[in-house]
Parts: sequence; structure tokens; C-alpha cells
Amino acid sequence: MTAAIEAVEVSRTYQLDGVSVPALRGVSLTIAAGDYVALIGPSGSGKSTLMHLLGGLDRPTGGRLAIGGREVGALSAPELARLRNETIGFVFQAFHLLPRTSAVDNVALPLVYRGVGARQRRERAAAMLGRVGLGHRLGHRPNQLSGGEQQRVAIARALVTDPTVLLADEPTGNLDSATGAAVLELLERLNAESGVALVMVTHDAEVAVRARRRIAMRDGVVVSDSEAGS
Amino acid sequence: MRLAEAWRVASDALRANRMRSLLTMLGVIIGVASVVLLVAIGTGTKQKVEQQVEGLGSNLLLVVPGRLDVGAAPAVSPLTLQDVDAVGRVVGDPARVAVTVASGATVRAGTRQDFTTVQGVLETTPTVFARELARGRYLTRSDVDTGRRVAVLGDAVARALFPDRDAVGQQINVAGVRFRVIGVFVQLGQSLGVDRDDEVHIPVTAAQRLYGTQRVDAIAVKAPDRERIDELGARIVAELNGRHPGTEFSAVTQEQILGVLGDILGILTGVLAAIAGISLLVGGVGVSNIMLVSVRERTREIGLRKAVGARPRDIGVQFLLEAVLLTSVGGLTGMALGVGGALLVAAVSPIPAAVTWWSLALAFGVSAAVGIVFGVVPAQRAGRLDPVVALRAE
Repeated sequence: MTAAIEAVEVSRTYQLDGVSVPALRGVSLTIAAGDYVALIGPSGSGKSTLMHLLGGLDRPTGGRLAIGGREVGALSAPELARLRNETIGFVFQAFHLLPRTSAVDNVALPLVYRGVGARQRRERAAAMLGRVGLGHRLGHRPNQLSGGEQQRVAIARALVTDPTVLLADEPTGNLDSATGAAVLELLERLNAESGVALVMVTHDAEVAVRARRRIAMRDGVVVSDSEAGS
Repeated sequence: MRLAEAWRVASDALRANRMRSLLTMLGVIIGVASVVLLVAIGTGTKQKVEQQVEGLGSNLLLVVPGRLDVGAAPAVSPLTLQDVDAVGRVVGDPARVAVTVASGATVRAGTRQDFTTVQGVLETTPTVFARELARGRYLTRSDVDTGRRVAVLGDAVARALFPDRDAVGQQINVAGVRFRVIGVFVQLGQSLGVDRDDEVHIPVTAAQRLYGTQRVDAIAVKAPDRERIDELGARIVAELNGRHPGTEFSAVTQEQILGVLGDILGILTGVLAAIAGISLLVGGVGVSNIMLVSVRERTREIGLRKAVGARPRDIGVQFLLEAVLLTSVGGLTGMALGVGGALLVAAVSPIPAAVTWWSLALAFGVSAAVGIVFGVVPAQRAGRLDPVVALRAE
């Protein structure tokens, strides 16, 4: 089986006022299709940077990174945007839904950039909202939805394009524990049902322990990469 | 992203900030409205002047000493009635030749008096200048030949001197000499700022005696043939140059007068449009400013759109359309106000205003272009935003 994402000795250095600040210094890992990975580590360990790289939002300054078999460093900005659209789904801690926009239109947004017609967009978005249990909230706007519901809309938006990898950055960080648990269960169910690889950045040890694989980071390097039960 | 979708997003964004959008548009509205209105006034003035010059009569050739040019000093005329006869021979029809020797004079009738222009003319004047009489008759050949003291009054003079009775048959006193009124002209109204009804025509021979001169000021010829009018003018000038060596003469057609006036009014219209254009430019700067604010406010939205697959171009187009929508809606509103203003000005004031299609097209084109020009920088900035940085923005 080909890897969904493959990183070999990936590094990322920021230039801040002429000073080079290394955020990642040689990370190698492979995300396989259907994986369920928790990415853990203290703040400043480089896990957010890694997450952005894995999602094609950023390019490495060193090493080799392939998403869906395509070398990220060789892609132009529009090509990278297309790659994100086709292979990656993002879920953010702060939901990042468009205000004044209905749930169904929020979910349909990625399809806009894929060139899908309005009617088909809505049908697919409505179906996806049904899968996350919000089939009755299609026309609601973000400010009419609870936090848990908003994150479900965001999850539906991430999955509406049928990506190979779902990148979730602290998806339960802004939710109370009961709601967070429900969202987590939803993510796990979707991971099991559709075979989308789930990579989740988290601080929460209880969350991390549920993943099949845990990658721990510190100071820009991977300090451990272990399968559950091993 | 499809264009229709981009339009929808742009109009939603503008609706979300109604007041701000309206105020931003106001700059463009004022700019476009003033361009349309001022160009309409300039064009209307030009059209009116052209109408009036053409209203002097068709195929006219004015023969004057010196050069007819903007800023040329008026020359003293050496022309005499013998020259007029010579011009009549060149034209081949003396009835097509008119003259004038004019002076301001006080005209009295009883206790009333009026300061007006007294013109010494030939009996050919109504033919050459297409003048019509309201009452009585015009001068005849014999009136001119014998220097008979008869006068034809302009409408304004007739009203001033004889407000309560018909002027025809009455006596008037021109510079101390008694004349009998034989006719009154049809009212003409204002032309080039001159009251064309404020004049008295008397035989040129009588006028020369009155003013103590043998000269005539200018000769006008009604050319028989429009195509050969320039050639005829050249022949007349050549004849007069032969009779008065050392003096320059000009024969100008209505087209040439229109050309000179048109140039002046064209410059005037251009200056007005340029002044109005400055306000449009200021409006454009306002659009640019508000677009930069909009990009900053929606940085996270931009980051998200990029994360889900928007290309830099998609984001750029979205913001550019927003700017163009602002200026083109503002432009259309401004056009409507400008047209309305022009119609109002034309209706309630003596200032003529004619809305032209080119000024509307120009104003709309310029306002849309302003949107593009002033929207490009904010749009590019939005398109180039780093998605990682944008998503982190507050």
C-alpha cells in the first residue's frame, strides 16, 4: 500500500528578523491510508509546524515531503492548493467556519474550489452533514449552532472532498469534555468507516491514548513513534 | 472558482458591511456624477453655440479685414461700397452680398430712449442672413441708393421705444437725425450672449452719412454653392487684396467659426471633466483603503479558503470583484444622479446640458477601471497571504 504522506528528513527553518529559527530538524515519518495517529508534544515542539507541512499549507526548507505521491517542493502555489483540496481535510481547534453562511454552504466550500456545480455541491454537502448527524441543521448559521455542532460542520467540510488524510489540530480543545468525547467518537467512526487517515494534534493524554499510533515530538524532532499496545 | 460564485461571495461581503460599502461608494458616486454632469454642461453649451452659428444662415462667408483668429486684434476696415460692388461681381450675384457698418447709438422716440446697435446695411440682408419681418417691410434698393432715412427695428428696440403701439410708421431719432420706422424684425432671442433683437437697420448710405465715413466694417456673402465655398472665399480675398495692397483680408466660413469656438469649448469641457476626474480618483483611493481593511479583517477567512483549496488567484479575483462591484454600483448610481442633475439643470436654469453616451460610457468605464486599479493591490495582498499565518490571525 502506498503511503498517504511520506516525510524524509524534513526540516523547516523560519527567518525571524534575520535570525534562523529551526522549528523542525529532520523528521521522517510515513502516514499510511487509514492510519489513526496522535501527534503529541509540548508547545514549541514543532508539532503544529509538522501538521502544516503534512497538510501542504507550508513547504519544508530541507528534506523530502510527498503528499499523495507528489513531491511538495516541486509544486507551485496553485498546484499545492489543488493537492490540498483533493487529498487533505483540515479540522481546526477554532472551527474556522464562515460567519453569515449556512452549515450546508460552509460544508460545500471546498467543492467550490474544485469547480463542482452549485446544485451538486449542496447535495454532497447535505449528505455529508447527514453523516455527522446534522441533517436537520442544513440552513443554520454558525452562530445558531452549539460548539459541538460547529465542529461537526467543520468535520463534514473536511471530509466532503473525500480526502485521504484528515488533519485535526486540537479538535476538542474548545469543547467541554462530554462534547469533545462525542466529536472524538465521530472522528474515529469516520476513520473506521471511510478509511481516511486521521492525524490528530493533541495535548490531551486521554485523547492520545485512544489512537492506534502515537508520535511524540520535542525540540523539532520525533522522540518516539509507537503503535498502540507495543 | 467560478465567476458567478465569486460574484456571490463579493456581494455578500459588501452587504455584510452595508454602511461602510455605501460610504465607500459615495466617493465614486460623487466623482462619476460630477463627470457626467459637467461634461453634459460642456457639451450642451457647445451644441447650443453651434446651433446659433448655424442659425445665422447657411453657406455664409464673412469677409473681414485682418485675420479671424482667437486673440487677433480687430483691424480698421479699409472696405468701401466700391469693394462691395467688386465682391458682388466676383460672386456673380450682388443680391448675395450684404454689408454692415455698425455703431452704438442712442435712439429716441418721444420721451423714451434706447442705446442700441445701429447697423448700416444693404437691402440684401434678409436674403443673406435669413431674417424675417414681423411687421412692415424691409429696406429696398431705392432706400439704399438714395440714403433714405428709414429704419427697421429689432424686436427689443421696438418694445423699448413703442411699448404700447405698433412701431411701424412712427418717427425715431437716431443720433439727432429723424428716421421713419418701416418694419420690425421677428424676435430672435439671445445668441452667443448677445441680444440679437437689440439692433436697428438703416440704409448703409444713410449710416455712412450719419457716422461721417465712406467705409463698411465687413462684408457677408451667401455662397451659391456649398462645395465651392472655400474657393469663392479665396477669389474674394484675392480681389480685395488687389484693390487694397498691403492689407490682409480673411473670408471665413461658419465651419471655421465653429471650429474655433468648438476648440475653445472642447478645452473647457476637458478641463471640467478633469476636475471631476480628480474626485473620482479620490473615490478610488477610498475604495483601495476600504479593501485593505477588508482583507485584514477577513485574514482568517482567507486562510481557511486557502486551506480547503483556494488558489492565490481565486482569492485575488474574489477581492478584486469586491472592489469592482463597489465602484461599478457606485458608478451606475453616479451616472443616474449625473443624468438626473443634467436634466434638472437644463430644465430649471439657462445653462444648457446635453448628456452624451460617450460621457456615460467613459464614466462607467473609468469607475470600473478605478475598481480594478485600486483593487489590485489589496487583492494581490490577499492572494499572497501565507495560509499558515492567515489561519493564526485574530
